Amino acid sequence: MYKIKLLLITSVLAVVLYTSAIAAEVNVYSARKEALIKPLLDKFSAETGIKTNLITAKADKFLTRMINEGQNTPADVFITVDAGRLHRAKEANLLQPINNSIIEKIVPAHLRDTDSYWIGLSQRARVIFYAKDRVNPAELSTYEDLVNSKWEKRICIRGSGNIYNQSLVASMIAVHGKAKTQQWTNALVDNFARDPKGGDRDQIKAAAAGQCDLAIANTYYYGKMLSSKKDDGQVAAAKKMGVFWPNQFDRGVHVNISGAGISKYSKNKGNAMKLLEYLLSDEAQSWYASVNYEYPVSETAEISGLVLQWGNFKSDTLNLSKLGEFNSDAVKTMDKAGWK
Amino acid sequence: MADPKPANLSHTIPYHRSWLDQCWEPGIVLTAFIFAIPIFTIAGYIFLPSGDIWQHLVDTVLLTYLINSILLMVGVGLGTLLIGVSCAWLTSLCEFPGKKLFVWTLLLPLAMPAYIIAYTYTGMFDFAGPVQTMIRDLTGWGYGDYYFPQIRSMGGAIIMFSMVLYPYVYLIARAAFLEQSVCVIEVSRTLGCNAWMSFYRVALPLARPAIVAGLSLALMETLADFGTVSYFGLGVFTTGIFKAWFGLGDSGAAAKLAAILLLFVFTLVIIERASRKRAKYHHTTNRYSKLPQYKLTGFKALMAFLACLMPLFFGFLLPAFQLTLWMLDTYSEMVDASFFELTINTIALGLSAAVLAVVLALFLVYGRRIITSKAVVSSIRIVATGYAIPGTVVAVGVMIPFAWFDNVLDSFMREQFDISSGLLLSGSLFAVMFAYQVRFLAISIQAVESGLGKIRPSMDEAARSLGYKPSDVLLKIHLPLMKGSVLTALLIVFVDVMKELPATLILRPFNFNTLAIRAYELASDERLADSSSAALMIVAVGLLPVILLSKSIFSSRAGS
Repeated sequence: MYKIKLLLITSVLAVVLYTSAIAAEVNVYSARKEALIKPLLDKFSAETGIKTNLITAKADKFLTRMINEGQNTPADVFITVDAGRLHRAKEANLLQPINNSIIEKIVPAHLRDTDSYWIGLSQRARVIFYAKDRVNPAELSTYEDLVNSKWEKRICIRGSGNIYNQSLVASMIAVHGKAKTQQWTNALVDNFARDPKGGDRDQIKAAAAGQCDLAIANTYYYGKMLSSKKDDGQVAAAKKMGVFWPNQFDRGVHVNISGAGISKYSKNKGNAMKLLEYLLSDEAQSWYASVNYEYPVSETAEISGLVLQWGNFKSDTLNLSKLGEFNSDAVKTMDKAGWK
Repeated sequence: MADPKPANLSHTIPYHRSWLDQCWEPGIVLTAFIFAIPIFTIAGYIFLPSGDIWQHLVDTVLLTYLINSILLMVGVGLGTLLIGVSCAWLTSLCEFPGKKLFVWTLLLPLAMPAYIIAYTYTGMFDFAGPVQTMIRDLTGWGYGDYYFPQIRSMGGAIIMFSMVLYPYVYLIARAAFLEQSVCVIEVSRTLGCNAWMSFYRVALPLARPAIVAGLSLALMETLADFGTVSYFGLGVFTTGIFKAWFGLGDSGAAAKLAAILLLFVFTLVIIERASRKRAKYHHTTNRYSKLPQYKLTGFKALMAFLACLMPLFFGFLLPAFQLTLWMLDTYSEMVDASFFELTINTIALGLSAAVLAVVLALFLVYGRRIITSKAVVSSIRIVATGYAIPGTVVAVGVMIPFAWFDNVLDSFMREQFDISSGLLLSGSLFAVMFAYQVRFLAISIQAVESGLGKIRPSMDEAARSLGYKPSDVLLKIHLPLMKGSVLTALLIVFVDVMKELPATLILRPFNFNTLAIRAYELASDERLADSSSAALMIVAVGLLPVILLSKSIFSSRAGS
């Protein structure tokens, strides 16, 4: 019995020593897919010598995992592709305040948590795309106006399970309240040209092909279509579509973020902080725009190429915590409206 | 059973019952229990209070999900039966051009993940895809001017699933047809049945348990799918579970849905059992000779050829061709050193999971053969439901108890020795492997069961009376006799693990990737062409065991 105990203790000790022996590293749970985060992490490692360890999955599943792992979670940095999930992580007591003056100076107030539990790393604008040959952009104005009967059976948008749509509806609830948003959502569903299916690119392609006249999608998908080297069909489809920035005369375009927080039980907090600082550096910020056609959160970062061509726009300065607050109301609203 | 007291047999021979023999029953129940922990964990959530979310689901979407799930299951059930049984019959009892090739190529769609085929077909045939665009360019038609079947619809989903899942039915049904004694078919023919009648009245009922086994695998896989249905915009049960758990943050409501799903599966099993009533189908003779082959000629041969070609063409050749075209465009960017690491990871994971699943299944199923206590029978039945539970739900069911164990051990170690053991099981390959067993044990149990069921108990009795221990009987008598079934289990689990996505995704350790993850991340980002290299590699890696094993599986017919 004594021998078994000894064996157990030594083996546990060995594991503990082994884990602590690897000093300079940072563990990342990322809802950004591997192809869209690993290049930046690799650059960070090359510059700082800090090793990065990565797992990618959907943010919701990471939330479940972190809740269960508790104080032993290996996660240092949690990256999501929307503000709602970061808000949920904060509510579930999984994050700690970042309180870093360099970071707070770079990230505008509405793109980070009011208590500094999470920050935005890049911005994603959800806009209206119109078929250039069938729609005069002067007919377009706001998200609210999409329920106008002139758009009957002319709108393509993806399913209600999609987080970008949930956030869009949540932002409507934040502005107009639940009852009015329900009416809006009901009327919007009536204007759908087809049952929602596929992803954002699908909507743009369907509109280009004539199945509908308007597509609601994030701009970076459009950018990727336009710059597709291998698929001429995608380029041709995207060229038939124009970008319209809605709500320019009131609150501005609905934006969401891809953002990050530091795990409450992070064992490499210093390195985690360095990683966040790196992700906000001008170099990394420009990468978001030039490679993935997102918008940087930093105002000093240079925007180049395609993203620059689409021009400037006014974006909604609603604090993004609201998207998290109203997320489940948004899902319910969409279910009630019969948004598939 | 002429011997009035067969049980006494073992006492009359010089065989000492060791303490090890006493361990069979508790061993089986314990093993089954361990692998059922995730299922119990999920079931336990049913009792959590779930207030307005459950009511909200009932009021709004539940009925649609229910109807869609049933439609999908009925459709996929009919589709897989039609393709699977007819191809199995044609390739086992008929002679026509190309038959030898079809025998194993008909298994190929098994290596094609359902979501990959769904993305591929959509890419080709959707409104904005190349085929319809060409039609419009040639004719000048626009939207609404012509009819073209919608790929992303209920009908489309049924076809997609049927095309990649029929091999389950085909594989098991064909093995069953081949194992049938020639006598029954000859007798039926001498009694006046024509070829169709002897198929319908004799061969089909005899093969029915096997066909149902294959069918239930196909249906459970359909129920557990999320990737395909969510891409097609179909609300089914899995959609509801995901929506409740992750969209609305209500695990109680999600577990209620998962429980209904399980109930669904149980009902199906019970209905099938009841419809079989007390009829049991056993062969009463061991006389095997070469099965009669109906020589098909002319029009009939052509029809048989087409019937086998269609599923192969649409389930494998066409999508593989499209994927290859895409791959040729993109492989220079997508295939690098890390790509081969992925491949090695995937193969290693699949192989070890398959071997483990078969070893566990042999232990459990053989255990039930020698000990038919209620505890043993029902514990095995519970373990075998894991296949119908969506991978994500299984993953959560694994995560909760593992993390609990880790944290309890950790705080114990901290208190006693002032050191932290951290997370030992969570976020390790062990957790991933465990989840695979929970999910795929049903397959290996199913296959081993059907193999073992055909070995007559008199064999065991003879071996035991000659002094073999129970484990010797399994290893030296049963295993060689049911080589085909064991290989079938290995093959299916291996291919399924390679395609598995959600459990791997969330349970894996840092910096560990598989081909399925790579393919899915790119495909779900609508980068079909970029995902093709990984998707094709899954197919290629799955191909090899299909080819190697199909030979030994189908040559395992007694008497040949």
